[in-house]
Amino acid sequence: MELAPALQLREVSKRYGARWALVRLSLTLERGAALLLTGHNGSGKTTLLRVLSTAVRPSSGRVEVLGIDAARDPQGVRAEVGLLSHANFVYEDLSGLENLEVLARLLGVRVSAAPGALERVSLSPKDDRPIRTYSAGMRRRLALARLFLKQPAVALLDEPFVELDPDGVSELETRIRELRAAGTTLVLATHHIEQGLQLCTDRLHLEQGRSIAA
Amino acid sequence: MRLPGLVGSTWVLFRKDLLVEWRSRSRVNALVFFSLATLLLFSFALGPDTALLRRNAGGYLWLALLLASVLALGESFRVERENAALEGLRLIPVDARAIFLSKGLANAVLLTALGVLLVPVLVALFDVRVVLSWGRLLTLVGLGCLAIAAPGTLYGAIASHARARDVLLPLLLFPILIPALVAAAKGTTLVFEGDPMDQLPSWISLLGSFDLLYWGLGVVLFPRVVEE
Repeated sequence: MELAPALQLREVSKRYGARWALVRLSLTLERGAALLLTGHNGSGKTTLLRVLSTAVRPSSGRVEVLGIDAARDPQGVRAEVGLLSHANFVYEDLSGLENLEVLARLLGVRVSAAPGALERVSLSPKDDRPIRTYSAGMRRRLALARLFLKQPAVALLDEPFVELDPDGVSELETRIRELRAAGTTLVLATHHIEQGLQLCTDRLHLEQGRSIAA
Repeated sequence: MRLPGLVGSTWVLFRKDLLVEWRSRSRVNALVFFSLATLLLFSFALGPDTALLRRNAGGYLWLALLLASVLALGESFRVERENAALEGLRLIPVDARAIFLSKGLANAVLLTALGVLLVPVLVALFDVRVVLSWGRLLTLVGLGCLAIAAPGTLYGAIASHARARDVLLPLLLFPILIPALVAAAKGTTLVFEGDPMDQLPSWISLLGSFDLLYWGLGVVLFPRVVEE
């Protein structure tokens, strides 16, 4: 039996009030592929990632992730997708390890995997300071650790290089290559086009919510 | 990966909510001092009429808890708004009913602890005595706080999306809570003053029914509130 593609969008539109963030967007991405998403600020990249992650519902059109209809079974899609977004989804009063332990318990994975996920992004599991004392770069690393702990089949990365120092950027590139080698389907939205092209197989350029040939 | 069920997720999130409250003890301290100040203000407003203060002590306890609950509920959703933590929970994915149950229970535990702390203050300030058993008083405080927490958590989630959330929450919550507030205040007054007509079981039943209704409604409606 032929496996459904990792992502399939048919005529997907999203409207916020009077403004269209996505306009009749269609897309198919095979499993294991890596899509580079480019476009100016406000072109619809973040909205597309949020629609794919089911954080927001499209105004019209159909979204399928690994053959799961996002409108009918959003929880099924969420179990397969990991989103690295501008928000870090963490609790400021807890330490990095405590945040990951809560996540591990909610994911049903071993809590003992949490320290390893932190070390993978060069954060110390022994650092018991609350997140509110972390720098922007450390928060970004913690958000990445959340993604690695979940090990999603489809990883959606929204500007992952932002706020990372040069070492962090190079480390993240290595981690993204590891994700790809493990068969994870990747959608990477970034303004760092050269870095993105090195990591991705396909490209989609958005302008005012429409797909434009890059 | 095997996602935990409703009970497992509720337990994990309940512990997380209490841990966050414990870590941010300055917020809890502010809640305690706010409630104490409220009780003091009632006593100053009514003057030195001890009989009047004693007769109305049950009502003052619940008004202090109700006003403090608005702060506690608003704060519990501010923590979830920060860094879009609530959205992060949805995308894990966590059953939205577990988010409601855990947050509601954590709010109820916090308010019950506050209620227990305020009773000795009532005894000292308003010269009240616990005529019936402490067990009945604790039952009333627990059921009353569960009654505030269920609709409070539901409306707290609704109000957290609004710009005027601090005004919206009490506007939505207070009218709904009138039956529970009356039952809790009347029942507490009976515990302080004595219950010759055996009315206390009726007030406890009313509170219990209110709890069942609003916890049930919360479980059904909360998922619709947190989804887009």
